[in-house]
Amino acid sequence: MHDLVTLQHVEKSFPGVRAVKDVTLGVAHGEVLALVGENGAGKSTLGQVLAGVYRPDRGRIVLEGREVSFGSPLDALKAGIAIVFQELSLVGSLSIAENIFINRQPVDALNRVRWAELYAQTADLLRRFDVNLDPRMLVKRLSTGQQQIVEIVKALSTLPKLLILDEPTSSLTETETKYVFEATRRLRSQGMSVLYISHKLSEVFALSDRVAVMRDGAFIGALRTAQTNENQIISMMVGREIGEIYGARNGPVPAEPVLEVRGLSRRGKFKDVSFTARRGEILGLSGLVGSGRTEVARVVAGVDGRDAGEVILEGVPLPNGNSRAASERGLVYVTEDRKDLGLFLGMSVQDNVVAPSLRAFTSKLGFLQHARIDAFANAALRAFAVRTPSVKRKVGLLSGGNQQKCLIASWMSTHPKIVLFDEPTRGVDMGARQDIYRKIREYSEKGGTTIVISSELTELIGLCDRILVLYRGAIRGEVVQGDFREELIVSYATGLRSPKDTRS
Amino acid sequence: MLDNVRGQNEDRPANTGAADHKAVGTTSLRTILRTVFAFRESILILVILVFSAAATIASPVFLSWPNIEAILVGLTTDGPVAVGMAMLFVAGGLDLSVGSTLAFTGVVAGLAVTSGFPAPLAILAALVAAVAVGLANGLLIAKLRINPFIITLGLMITIRGLLLVIAHGQAVLNLPESFTVIGQGRLAGIQYPILVTLFLVAAGDLLLRHTRFFRQNYYVGGNERAARLSGVRVDQVKIFNYCIIALLAGISGLMITARFGSASLTVGSGLELRVITATIIGGASLSGGEGTVLGAFLGTLFLGVLANVLNLLGVDVYWQNLVTGLMLILAVVFDAANERRKAS
Repeated sequence: MHDLVTLQHVEKSFPGVRAVKDVTLGVAHGEVLALVGENGAGKSTLGQVLAGVYRPDRGRIVLEGREVSFGSPLDALKAGIAIVFQELSLVGSLSIAENIFINRQPVDALNRVRWAELYAQTADLLRRFDVNLDPRMLVKRLSTGQQQIVEIVKALSTLPKLLILDEPTSSLTETETKYVFEATRRLRSQGMSVLYISHKLSEVFALSDRVAVMRDGAFIGALRTAQTNENQIISMMVGREIGEIYGARNGPVPAEPVLEVRGLSRRGKFKDVSFTARRGEILGLSGLVGSGRTEVARVVAGVDGRDAGEVILEGVPLPNGNSRAASERGLVYVTEDRKDLGLFLGMSVQDNVVAPSLRAFTSKLGFLQHARIDAFANAALRAFAVRTPSVKRKVGLLSGGNQQKCLIASWMSTHPKIVLFDEPTRGVDMGARQDIYRKIREYSEKGGTTIVISSELTELIGLCDRILVLYRGAIRGEVVQGDFREELIVSYATGLRSPKDTRS
Repeated sequence: MLDNVRGQNEDRPANTGAADHKAVGTTSLRTILRTVFAFRESILILVILVFSAAATIASPVFLSWPNIEAILVGLTTDGPVAVGMAMLFVAGGLDLSVGSTLAFTGVVAGLAVTSGFPAPLAILAALVAAVAVGLANGLLIAKLRINPFIITLGLMITIRGLLLVIAHGQAVLNLPESFTVIGQGRLAGIQYPILVTLFLVAAGDLLLRHTRFFRQNYYVGGNERAARLSGVRVDQVKIFNYCIIALLAGISGLMITARFGSASLTVGSGLELRVITATIIGGASLSGGEGTVLGAFLGTLFLGVLANVLNLLGVDVYWQNLVTGLMLILAVVFDAANERRKAS
């Protein structure tokens, strides 16, 4: 079959990481090709190479039989390849119309924008894609899901031959997700090709004609969706047996409660959340983006205040909205946003690792005890296998995996009783992930309690003893190890199943 | 089919000049009021009118032509610079060097014209010098990605130093009439600088509001990465805007120099912060993507009227800074509260 576009031996490296290694892959006319892989597998980078965001270091891109070279996304767009980015790229202070027709507004001879025409064209486009929005509305007033749909309409407005969707549903509600599916199917029926980048296998099986799998930057293989199954794809994605990556619990599942959360609420975020975590347990928090996962964790850790409810650590309540008190009592929160909220990127590895425990290294007169800090930092970096040429190196210069290990090392070194991990392996390569999972296992075996928030179900299933599923700010279901199945958890997370439906 | 992808009509785009194209929904008084007050310009005009009314009652002098003319002449220095500052703010930039550029232009023109060059040539040379400052700002900021605050602060000091050097620390006096006419001449009884300023404001507002070329500013300031990915030549837009504001500061410098008949070395000190204040009062955001030329000009007018009223009422001049500062704070608090209300 003649492909619309082919990547041949494409390579792309960034400082410290080979993101895409020798990938050869084609997208046929009128097919939906799903590109799957775990976080950090290189799928987004590959999509962005195809869309002209990055120039490949090596290899060729052949579009309709001709080799092409894109200097910018605009070049790719002109050639017929449009991309919808994972992170939104809209201008909040402008209207929907001006966002869709960014720098392509209809103008008269004096370069003046023809507003009436612009709005009419936008209304037309929106109607064509069944989107009921006013073209004049400011984008910042739209919900995240609505913004995502505007992004998709923006890409489609150029009538591309190939549409690249990079995790298009990561912030959508279920109705919006269905809408994106519907639109994607319709595009295929009109002969457009779609490259659908995702790590959600349920979506891949609902939508795609073929599945291509990447792992650690390399292309592993492509299969017809109808001729494969989830287990086969997962084993291609992770490349080894699940047990090898995540480890397994030695000994019985713990029973002694250590953290009790009762009736916790925060207005507009979540309501009446109650659960217990046990000593040594690894507890997962699952749910879609916007379900309140992160918000619950932040309130439990006192980073944000609560409107109602209690957080009781070892029988003693924690004060409201006081993360300092929580961490002194041994409950810490490791943020999902290491670059903005977690690390001091311009400071050294050592300064970062020691930051949460700085008070322990301060003399009575307020001076820092440098010798002790050196010893502490070196020990922590060794324990967490942080690979850095020197403890004086700026943390911002390390790879994502090593940055994440620094962040985790800094908090674990305070000897907490409970650690809340928000997306502990986001943007982290496989080697570093295994290091992180191993540390979580070790910690658990020593009696530490871990609460893991993750949007990757395979990670939660591989690591946790128990998973709580949030849906629209409330706990919708609880699944214990042994009952772990991706579709069961997804059905709670999307609200299709409620706790009363006990049979699975 | 998609019921939750639906928005209400309540927020009009405040900076697209869009709402006047088509009335949506029922035209009840409330919708009209809401539409009008979505624009910063309308609020400012209202505030200025209220102030003027109060001033007219308090002092009969306020509405006399000499007083109005004095207010308008007062705008001819800050006004043109505010036009450029609004454009720059929208594109996410900032320029502290405008006051120095303004004085520099005046000195270059003054030196040229007193050493025998014809006035048109002196003016041209001075404007070229101004644009050179803008180009330096723009290139350093866009190409080396250095923070505009730091670069323009550096040039503000450097240019002020440079003009002291070339003028040997002395004001350039006794400028010929062929030059001073641009600041002192009149058309239909109205001084040239007033006409020039009003023209620049009208043209600048039209360009930024309605031309595709200048609307690139909103993309660059609103989301630089998105603009780049969508094919906007971000660096070029930035450099161009720094040149524009320098050119406008230059025009302003020529007008004030011609009006005084001498090129002062200290003129324009403190102008940058006054213009930034007016631009923010006029609805521009320091983080980019928002603002209009008209808004910035009305902010300038508001500060001018305020100063005039305080003068007329015999309020000690020392109070003026205090009041101006409070107005700035009031404007941003109003914005923040408004934004919070809409977000919830």
